[in-house]
Amino acid sequence: MYTYSTSETEETQDITAVGLPHLEIKDLNVYMEGNHILKNINLALPNNSVTSIIGPSGCGKTTLLKTLNRLLDDTQGVVVNGSVLVNGEDIYAKGAEVTHIRKKMGLLSQKPFPLPMSIFDNIAYGPRIHGIRDKKKLGPIVETQLRNVGLWEEVKDRLDQSATRLSIGQQQRLCLARGLAVEPEIILGDESTSALDPVSTQTIENLLIELKKDYTIVLVTHILRQARRVSDYIAFVYNGEILEFGPTEQVLLSPQHEITRQYVKGFIS
Amino acid sequence: MASVKTRLLKERIAKLFMRLSGMTVTASLFFILGTILYKGLPYLSWEMVSQVPQGGFYIGKEGGVLNAILGSLYLAGAATLLSTLMGVPIAIYMNIYIRSGSRLSRLSKLLFDVLFGIPSIVYGAVAFSLMVWMGIRASLLGGIITITFLTLPIVVRTVDELIKTIPGDLKHVTLSLGTTRWEVAKIFIRYIRPGILTAILLAFGRSIGDVAGVLLTSGFSDNLPKYIDEPAATLPLAIFFQLSSPIPEVQGRAYASALILSFIILTIVLCTHILQAKQKKHKI
Amino acid sequence: MKGSFGFLPFIMGTISVTLIALIIAIPLCILTAVYLTEYATASLKNMMLPLVNTLAAIPPVLYGVWGVLFVVPAIQQYIAPIFGINTSGYSVLAGGIVLAVMIFPIMISIMVEVLQTIPYELKSASLSLGATKWETIQHVVLIKAKPGIIAATVLAISRAFGETIAVLMVCGNVPKIPTSIFDAGYPIPALIANNFGEMMSIPLYDSALMFAALLLFVIILIFNLISRIILNKLEGKYNG
Repeated sequence: MYTYSTSETEETQDITAVGLPHLEIKDLNVYMEGNHILKNINLALPNNSVTSIIGPSGCGKTTLLKTLNRLLDDTQGVVVNGSVLVNGEDIYAKGAEVTHIRKKMGLLSQKPFPLPMSIFDNIAYGPRIHGIRDKKKLGPIVETQLRNVGLWEEVKDRLDQSATRLSIGQQQRLCLARGLAVEPEIILGDESTSALDPVSTQTIENLLIELKKDYTIVLVTHILRQARRVSDYIAFVYNGEILEFGPTEQVLLSPQHEITRQYVKGFIS
Repeated sequence: MASVKTRLLKERIAKLFMRLSGMTVTASLFFILGTILYKGLPYLSWEMVSQVPQGGFYIGKEGGVLNAILGSLYLAGAATLLSTLMGVPIAIYMNIYIRSGSRLSRLSKLLFDVLFGIPSIVYGAVAFSLMVWMGIRASLLGGIITITFLTLPIVVRTVDELIKTIPGDLKHVTLSLGTTRWEVAKIFIRYIRPGILTAILLAFGRSIGDVAGVLLTSGFSDNLPKYIDEPAATLPLAIFFQLSSPIPEVQGRAYASALILSFIILTIVLCTHILQAKQKKHKI
Repeated sequence: MKGSFGFLPFIMGTISVTLIALIIAIPLCILTAVYLTEYATASLKNMMLPLVNTLAAIPPVLYGVWGVLFVVPAIQQYIAPIFGINTSGYSVLAGGIVLAVMIFPIMISIMVEVLQTIPYELKSASLSLGATKWETIQHVVLIKAKPGIIAATVLAISRAFGETIAVLMVCGNVPKIPTSIFDAGYPIPALIANNFGEMMSIPLYDSALMFAALLLFVIILIFNLISRIILNKLEGKYNG
């Protein structure tokens, strides 16, 4: 039984992660403009697997994701207490350097946002920022990542074209390749297929399943079927708390918590 | 990791330059007003604001610029009144009676946008040529008409922007209640009424400060403005003429006149701010 | 002023003054606009924006007075001696500086508006890759904002071209092609303003001046149209 409960009395942890978890959240509390959005989040995300965060809208799923790579830093009125450990290093520690933390986490947002530059430059953007300027080194990186997401054959002859000319499905794959180019360890996805057509959605889902061999993946989704298709673990967030966490089949088919059951059955949304 | 330090350092330097730029821009405001205050205050006296130029004023003897102060106030007041009375209906007509998106509406909006950008010297030159052609000499009326046309696009544009802020639902509801377009116009006016006040202040501020539009059309006079078909003095012109005098005493008076003008402008700006702050409070 | 009416000195005068103003204003305004939208706290923003807008309300004649009182002596006493040049201070440089301050508000307000339309997620995408905020601004934000920045510049230019009074007061009004920024110049609006009075007596003169006014009008019209088209395109893009 892999259950992670937030009640203080019961605490059964049994993570099948080998070694140190890549990503671990401890006692995380997030306040936005005084409102307590995330309450006492404790979660160790299993390595090399896909964890989906599900829950009714407005309950803090996206906020949770954004705290993982400190993307809330710029928003006014946000207070974050607690720690998020990446390979044991707390990214919210005093003096922690934000850019190299973010480098470790690739973010795939809801709508693809290609940067205003060519396809090549989009993928090369990350490596260039981090010091790789040599065209000879960048070329292979770009090709590798485009192959990884299955875009290479489609765009290899037009790498100089603006990335905005791609179809939306291609753009999202481009964004994935862009994120992979900086060699993160963790991939974060925020409803990353909700703007796509079914075919592109399936492509991205299959890519994520492939990628979990090498990365720890955390996805926010409101499509239960997707969570079932793609993830190994599910965390159910309700009202800013993690009510339930466990392997996919267990959370979806035999949830422990009453509210989880109601959500999964579609009684609340 | 050394490169991370460099990148962060670059950001720090950039931030420094940004702060400096911001300070330069805001400082220039204080520089301008400060200089005028500093140089003008010594020459500001009760006579300056209460008397007209006596004989020899322009070579340093007694007098004041009351003629110009009143002239400017009359001119700006009349012009603002006229341009508001014309501009508000025009803007409303453009938004209600003409179907939006039609060629006519786009053309008229473009027309007023263009008119908005035309410098006052062109208005002045055109008006002057017309006046010459019609045989009218420079007068207060000439200035009023020129400035009215100068500020008309300002009023139209401001009201147009105001109408854009009316929530679309309100527009649809009023129209669907089967009201006539005239009734809709009345409702719109009531909604944007506080904004119209701001538009009036904007037009007034523009009218009172303009030189190029009045230079050739309203002329100048040392007397208090009494008849509308006689030349009248305006404050900006008074400043202009006094400044070109070689006598330091008269130049000093120019600074004092500039101070008076600044005072009027700042009052207008302050009123605009207070109005806008009040508006924000009552917005839904 | 009889005989041939070569417009060249006047065109050069207008161009030099405007060019100097742009060289000063564009970097200052971009940096200020970026600071206001990306780095400044809300309270700082609320303080600075009204101040910038107040600059817009100041009538040109007061700018001219400031030019005469402050800029001209500053050039004569401090700036020119650095270059070893002797000048009265009435120069295209003075005109350029005064003009630059006059176009600050219009450039900053348009740039701020344009920068605010850049979607937050685009910046997030760059930040998530590990870029610093400044790198994001350089490579993403400013690129996206380029059309808007150009529109702001074009609009500012059209304002600068038409500005008569302030520039007239500090330019020196000498109809020759300025060879250095410390030379006096004679921009077109000043030409119109100064000479209209005499126009009655010399018939050819008046049509030349009217032509000057027409030229000015057409140039400004074109600039206004260009920037309006750019801005409309931008607004359409982001409202879609």
